[in-house]
Amino acid sequence: MDTVLLISQVIMGFALILAFVRVVRGPSLPDRVVALELFSTTVVGLVGVYAIQSGVASFLDAAIVIALMGFLAAIGFARFLERGGPRDD
Amino acid sequence: MIEAIKGGLLITGSLFMLLAAVGLLRLPDLLTRMHATTKAAALGVILIMLAAAMHFAEVGVVARSFAIIVFILMTAPVAAHVIGRAGYFVGSRLWSGTVKDELRPNYDPLTHELKSGLETHENAKRQPRANDPD
Repeated sequence: MDTVLLISQVIMGFALILAFVRVVRGPSLPDRVVALELFSTTVVGLVGVYAIQSGVASFLDAAIVIALMGFLAAIGFARFLERGGPRDD
Repeated sequence: MIEAIKGGLLITGSLFMLLAAVGLLRLPDLLTRMHATTKAAALGVILIMLAAAMHFAEVGVVARSFAIIVFILMTAPVAAHVIGRAGYFVGSRLWSGTVKDELRPNYDPLTHELKSGLETHENAKRQPRANDPD
C-alpha cells in the first residue's frame, strides 16, 4: 500500500509540473486561469492521498476548503476578465 | 481485497489527473484545453475520494468524502462554463481546425448583443428600451 501511495503521489506531482508549464507558457490569461484551476483540483487529490497515508481524516476538511477556494478563484478571475472587455495578450 | 481496490482507485485517479495535465499541455486552444481538464480532473478527484472513503470506512469520513465528490461535480461545470464564456468574450483565438463557431455570426462583441438566428428584417434592428443602461 505504501508503494501505491508513493506512485500516485509521484504521478500527481508530475501532473502539477505539467500544469505549471502551461501556467508559464500559456499564451493568454484564460489559459493560465484554466491551468490554475487544474492546479487546485490536483492539490485536492494530493491532500486526499496524504490523508490516507497519514491516517488523519481531518485532512479531508482541508481538501474541501481547497476545492472551494479554487472554485471561487476561477469565478473571480472570470468576472475580472469579462469586465475588462476584449484584450490581446 | 479492499487494499487491491483501494490501490486500483488511487492509481487510476492519479493517472486521470496526469491525463488532464497532458491534455492541458498538448491541446491547441482554450476550449479544447478546458474540455481536457474539467472532466478528467473531476473524475480523478472522485476516484481518489472513493479510495479515501474505503480506507477510513467511518460514517463521518465517508460523508465528508462524498461531500467533496458532490461539490466537485457541482462546481467543475460551472467554473468551466464561466471561464469559457469569459475567454470567448475576451477574444481568445480558436484553433485553426475549428469546424463551426455558431456564436460568431450572431454575437456582436461591441454592443454585447446576441441574436437568436431567427430574426425577420424588422426585429433584427436594435430596439432600445427606456430603462437600458446605455
